[in-house]
Parts: sequence; C-alpha cells; structure tokens
Amino acid sequence: MSLLDVKNLKTYFHTRAGTTRAVDDVSFSIDKKEIVGVVGESGSGKSVTCHTMLGLLPQPPAKVEGGSVTFDGQELIGLPAPLLRAIRGKRISMVFQDPMSCLNPYLRIVNQVAEPILIHENVSREQAEARAIEMMKKVGIRDAEQRAHSYPHEFSGGMRQRVMIAMSLVTNPDLLLADEPTTALDVTVQARILEILRELRDELGIAVLFVTHDLGVVADVADRVVVMYRGKIVEQGKVRDIFQNPSHPYVKGLLACRPTLETKYRILPTVDDFLKTEDGEDGSTILGERPDAAERLANLEKEQSSENRGRDATETLLDVKGLGVHFHSGGGFLGKPRESVIAVDDVDLIIPKGRTLGLVGESGCGKTTLGRAILRLQQPTTGSVRYDGEELIFLTQEGMLDYRKRMQIIFQDPYASLNPRQTIEQTLIEPLLVHKIGSSRADRRDRVVSLLEEVGLGAEFLLRYPHEFSGGQRQRISVARALAVQPEFVVCDECVSAMDVSVQAQVLNLLRELQDKRNLTYLFISHDLSVVKFMSDEIAVMKQGRIEEFGSANDIYENPQSDYTRELLDAVPRANF
Amino acid sequence: MAKNRFAMGGLWVIGIMFSLCFVFAWFCPDPNKINLVNKFAPSSGEHWFGTDALGRDLFARILYGGQVSILVGLIATAVSVAIGIVYGAVSGFAGGKTDAVMMRIVDTLLAIPFLVLVIVLQATLSKWSGDATTWIVESFGWDKEFTGRLTNVVPLFFALGLLGWLTLSRIVRAQVMSIKEREFVEAAVALGYGKGRILFRHVIPNVLGPTVVYSTLTVPGFIMYEAILSFLGLGVESPNSSWGVLIKEGANFLETEIQLLLLPGLFFSLTLFSLNFLGDGLRDALDVKAAKD
Repeated sequence: MSLLDVKNLKTYFHTRAGTTRAVDDVSFSIDKKEIVGVVGESGSGKSVTCHTMLGLLPQPPAKVEGGSVTFDGQELIGLPAPLLRAIRGKRISMVFQDPMSCLNPYLRIVNQVAEPILIHENVSREQAEARAIEMMKKVGIRDAEQRAHSYPHEFSGGMRQRVMIAMSLVTNPDLLLADEPTTALDVTVQARILEILRELRDELGIAVLFVTHDLGVVADVADRVVVMYRGKIVEQGKVRDIFQNPSHPYVKGLLACRPTLETKYRILPTVDDFLKTEDGEDGSTILGERPDAAERLANLEKEQSSENRGRDATETLLDVKGLGVHFHSGGGFLGKPRESVIAVDDVDLIIPKGRTLGLVGESGCGKTTLGRAILRLQQPTTGSVRYDGEELIFLTQEGMLDYRKRMQIIFQDPYASLNPRQTIEQTLIEPLLVHKIGSSRADRRDRVVSLLEEVGLGAEFLLRYPHEFSGGQRQRISVARALAVQPEFVVCDECVSAMDVSVQAQVLNLLRELQDKRNLTYLFISHDLSVVKFMSDEIAVMKQGRIEEFGSANDIYENPQSDYTRELLDAVPRANF
Repeated sequence: MAKNRFAMGGLWVIGIMFSLCFVFAWFCPDPNKINLVNKFAPSSGEHWFGTDALGRDLFARILYGGQVSILVGLIATAVSVAIGIVYGAVSGFAGGKTDAVMMRIVDTLLAIPFLVLVIVLQATLSKWSGDATTWIVESFGWDKEFTGRLTNVVPLFFALGLLGWLTLSRIVRAQVMSIKEREFVEAAVALGYGKGRILFRHVIPNVLGPTVVYSTLTVPGFIMYEAILSFLGLGVESPNSSWGVLIKEGANFLETEIQLLLLPGLFFSLTLFSLNFLGDGLRDALDVKAAKD
C-alpha cells in the first residue's frame, strides 16, 4: 500500500464569476521514501491539490466536490479539524515558497524550529531545542549551536529555506509537501537545497511531494513526475520516461519550449505548436494533439541556428568604462555611521549595434543597478557611458530627453510596470505625445494599433485596463510601450523571469522577431543561464558588482574561465539522461 | 457604482437631506421664533416634531441646523482634501530634504492642539467677515440678516479645512512613496516624461482610492468639531442652530424630553452612515478593477 493515495480528487472554486475547476479528477500516489514531482504552470492546480490534502483551503469559495485522499490508511477529506491538526506538522509537514516571509522575524530561530515538537509531542523545552539544533545540523547549517539563537534577518535566503526544511522535518514526518521551495533562490543555492532533500530522503526515509513549475528541477530531484495542466493530470510516470519519451502533446510542448544550454533553435517551439485545445460541452477542456505538430517543428529546425545570423558586429553602440555605483546608507539624525555599499564596481562593457549582450548573475550582484545606471535611471558614481559616441554621464535630465527616445527598458514584473489606471490606449499614446511623434490624433492612433499588432495583440484591446490581461499579454504591452518611441537600444531587465515557460518562449520569440525587424540592440539581464544563452551573442557574468567574465556566448558556456562561471553552470538543473 | 445598493441608498439619503435642508427649509416656520407659552409641545400639525424648551419649532431648527452641519462637513473636507493631496504628494514624490522640511512643518502643526489652532485661525479670518458682510450687502443688495448668518460660519468652514489636511497629507505621502517605487513610474522616467506629468498622471490617480475613503470618514469629524466649537461659543452663534448645537441642547432634557436629543441625533447619524456607504461605493467606483467586474 502506498503512503499517500489521491483518488479522483475534485476541488472547485465557486465564485460569482462562475465555477473554476481548479483540481479536476486528479489521481496519483506516493510510496514511502519516494520523491514525486508535481509540475505545472501557474493556475494548473498543483498548489491547490497540495492545500486540499491538508485542508488548508478557504472554504468557501473552495469546495471539495469529490474524491479521496488516503494517508497511511486514513481518509483526510472530511476529517474533523482537531484530528487533521494532529496530522498536519506531525506526520505531514509543508515547506513554502518564500523563505523570507515564512519565518516570524521576532522569534529566535531555535524557538521556531522547536515549536512543532512542543505542539505535537510531550517533551521538555530543552529536549525539543536539542532536537531542533540536531536537525539544523542535518540540513547543513554550520555552527548550528551558536546560530540557533539568532533572528531570521541574520540568515540569507538559502539559509532560511534550510531553517524552514529543518522546522518541517523536526517532528520526523512521513511525508513532506514542498511547494516551490527553491523558486525564490539562486541556482547555486537551489542546487544545494535539492541535494539536501535527496540526502534527507535517504537518511530519514521521508517521502517528498515536490511541487514546482521548473521541469529542470524535477528532473534533478524526483523519482516520478506528475504533470498537471488546467486542473487535470495530463501525464505521469518515471522521470526518465517522461523526459525521453513524452506521449501527451502538452508535455511535449512544455519540454520543447524551454531553452536549455544546448538549444540550437533560432525561434523556440511553443506549446501551441503541439497542443490543440477545445472547449468541451460540460465546461471542461478537451486537449488534443495538433495534426501538423511534426511539420511545424521541422520548419523551426530549418530556421538558422543562432550562430549564423547575418548581422555584422563592427559598429559600437554602447561603450561603458569604469562604471561604478555606490549607495550610501545610515548617516541619519541619530548618527548611525554612514556606510557605503558598492553595488557596481568598475565595470567595462561594449555592445555592438544590433547584437545582444547577456548579463547574468545571482540576486544582489548588481546587474539591475548596472542596467539602470546605463539608462541614467540611477546616477552612476564614477566612470563613463558612451552611447553612439556621446558621453551620457554629465547630461542634465533635459539633455537626456533625446536619449530617452533612443534607449528603453522592459521590466521584470508585468503587473507593476503598467499604470493600473490607464487604458492600453492611454499608456501607448502618452510616449508619442511627450516626444511629439505623430502628426494628428488619428495618426497616433494608427501608430498605436500597429504597435499592438507588432507585439501580437489587436486593436480590440485598446480600451481595456491592464488588470484584464494575463501576465504574458501585459509584458507584450510593456514591450509595445518601450517600442513606441522607436528606440535602438533596449534593456530587458529579467523580463521573462516571472513567467511560465510556455509564455516565456512566446515572449522570447517576440523579442527575437523585433530585434531582426527593427535591428534592435539588447542588454538582456537575467539570472537564468539557459535563457541568457538562448538570447545572447556575448555574455557578461557578474558577481558582487564586478564583471567576472566576458566573452562570446558559446565560449563562456563551452569553456568557462573563472571558477564562479563554472559553479553557476554546474548548478543549472538539466534534464539529460 | 449603480450595482452597489448600499452606496446608492446612501446617495439617496444624502440627496433627500440636501433637499430638506436647503429647499424645504424655506417653507418651514421661523426656527428662531420663541414662544414660551408653548414649550415642549408634542408633535402636531403645526409643529411636526414639537417644540423645544423655548417653544421653537424643532423640525425647522433641525433643517436650518443641517445647513450649517452639512456645509461644514463638505466645505472643510473639500478644502482639506485638496491641500492634503497636493502637499502630501509633492512631499512624498520629491523626497530628500524637501520631504524632511515639509513633514517637519506638518509635525509642528500636529504638535499644537487642533482646536487651539482652529480657534486662532477662525479669529483671524473672522476679522474680515464683518467687512465682507458690509461689502456684499452694499454691492449686491443681499438681505443683511442672511448675509450675516453666512459670513458668521464661513471662517469656521475654512479654519477647519485649512488645518484638517495634516493627517491626510501623511497618508497620501506614504501612498505616494510606495507608488513611486513601482515599475510603471520608473518606465515613465525612462520614457522621458516630465516630473509634473508623472506626479499628476501616474502617481496621484493611484492614491485617490484610499484618499477618498479616508476623506468621507473625516466629514463626520468636521461636523463634530463644529459642534464642539459651538458648545464653546465659538462656532454657530445663538440663536442659530446646527446639529451639534441641537444635540447639546437636547442632552439637557435627556430624562424628560428625550425626542429633543433623538430627533437631531437621528438626522445626524443617518447622514453619517450614508456618507460612509457612499465613501465605500466611491472607492469601488474609482477602482478600475472593481468597476469592470
């Protein structure tokens, strides 16, 4: 008998807008000591499945419409709250995505890690704390005895996630539900956490249900995979089988659309190349394979691979020399000593016209600050930025106005980068008005419509507000707004990081297309090495404000010179068997 | 907003109050006519709500009192919202030294008891109200008594409004500081938009929602302050009335003639409830997300 058995589980959300089938007839099981990965995009129902099992969903609007969840012979659905609480945190525990907000900032680490023991078992505080420290050592926290008495803010993100894991394992549970536990972490940290999870499985004999949107991570850590799409399981099986030989068109699409370090496509395939969706009569979705999928893929492969594109790289557009950005903190009224943080330190970069420079690094390395400093959104402390031969550093804001037209930026969060109170038309017309582009109202309107069409949207969206669009659509609008002033140079600051892989592929393809059509030059900033590799001609690796390594994309990936680059590359989870 | 039944109800009640106080009141008996023979009269065809301790018609006094109370609430709020939004937004948006200086001014004003400030400012403004009366009567030929009643309360409206924006400006400043870190503001800078355009088209519209709700909550506050000042003899001058004055007078006869307290209190609370519902409705109406659902 398996440890956890989910059978025909259905969780629906009933709202005024109608019924959403968040989890629709889902069945799978987990054996003892097994790591099962549940993969899906946002809205696929993977987290809802997890929360349903532990009765953590707000009801209403959620309602379990049917099915059963059996844990070690006991039915969890409909179990009275006190009994469920006895299981939660004791026999099944959970790790959440954001280690920054999951720890109470006012309590010492040891008290938080020991708390589940004190709740569920009848032991003294000393014993509980001893066990807590023991567990912290197991998850790789060095000097656990001393550090146990620190507060959460004294720990880094990766360390906090280890604390979270220690906290969930301290009661020796049989099953660990991990909901996107590494999504907020850097790749090198993620690699360590995944390793720890595998070790703990072997050592403590726990089973893990690992929920994630990242196929690479699943390939790295799981024994079996369950792939969810729109509330349904589309495919499940051994990791190796699914990655090497997927049978469902959605899974095929999902595997093909993520750029890997080995991708040679010029344009990425998308899920739509494989999957055909139809609306069924009862409101559910019928998924089918596109009959012309093979043909579409062949067409994509015929397109040139990224090496032989016909652009010459002679003329320099952007020349950055010795750029430094220092931030000052403290020096306040009560005389804290003034501290200076060097965010960007003596950076040199050259970007030729029509090419893409990828800037890659972990969080806090200064890559975003560098991008902002080049655009003068942040005043640099030292150095020079020459754009098309002109020095930008000493220009006044009025003097920058001309360059604002020529240099643009696309931000990470499509939810925050559009003014929620402006319609799409207002958003797109405003730059034209400010820069006096277009001769009349009608002319500007035409320009806006053609911009929208260029990014794959239509004139029917003009009068809508940003919240009516999906994340991918919003990012297309942000792209359209940046292109409204007809720039030559665009900084893409983590502009696909918040997206599902299938949407990411579409946006990356769009950026590619626009680059070819308008001969754009990109500074492509990302923490994701595979995406940077796919997009860039040259790559700069950044660490602690400095450029660690700079060279052509292929050289960096095939023959990395610095230890740090090698470490980054090794940490990328890959699905190679 | 049409779908929000509470807000629409609130709007109706406020509309009815308005027409009662500003239109129907003209057809009522003189609210200041004393008739000591007929004091504490019960409700009748002549005196709908009966009479008070001096035999004055209570219904008429409530309606005339409503004029003052409603105007105090609305004008003082309008003045304070206008100042508070602009002051707070400029302070939060400019940041740095400008912000520090502007906020220290607010702190200083907040440190002085509110009523003391209002009284001082009202006294200053009142100096001119006598001149204004004479000027209006001479140039426009308005009725002297009516003009006097008007100019008597106007300094109070503005004294409250000119000082009531302090807390609001802090709220707006905090909102602006978080909005200005959002990426769409940075995108606007990158697109070369001017500071004024960014402030008035991108930042301020996004802080209006919370501001509107807060400001509907300040209306009752202003009405209360008017009542307190009238109690101190600094607001509405006897024999004129306001809801605050009536409630205070009614409280004297709490044990024997409770309707003197209850009836003005009913008008007062009905108006305040309606304003709160209306405020909620306005917030939803101003929120583009909720409006489209």
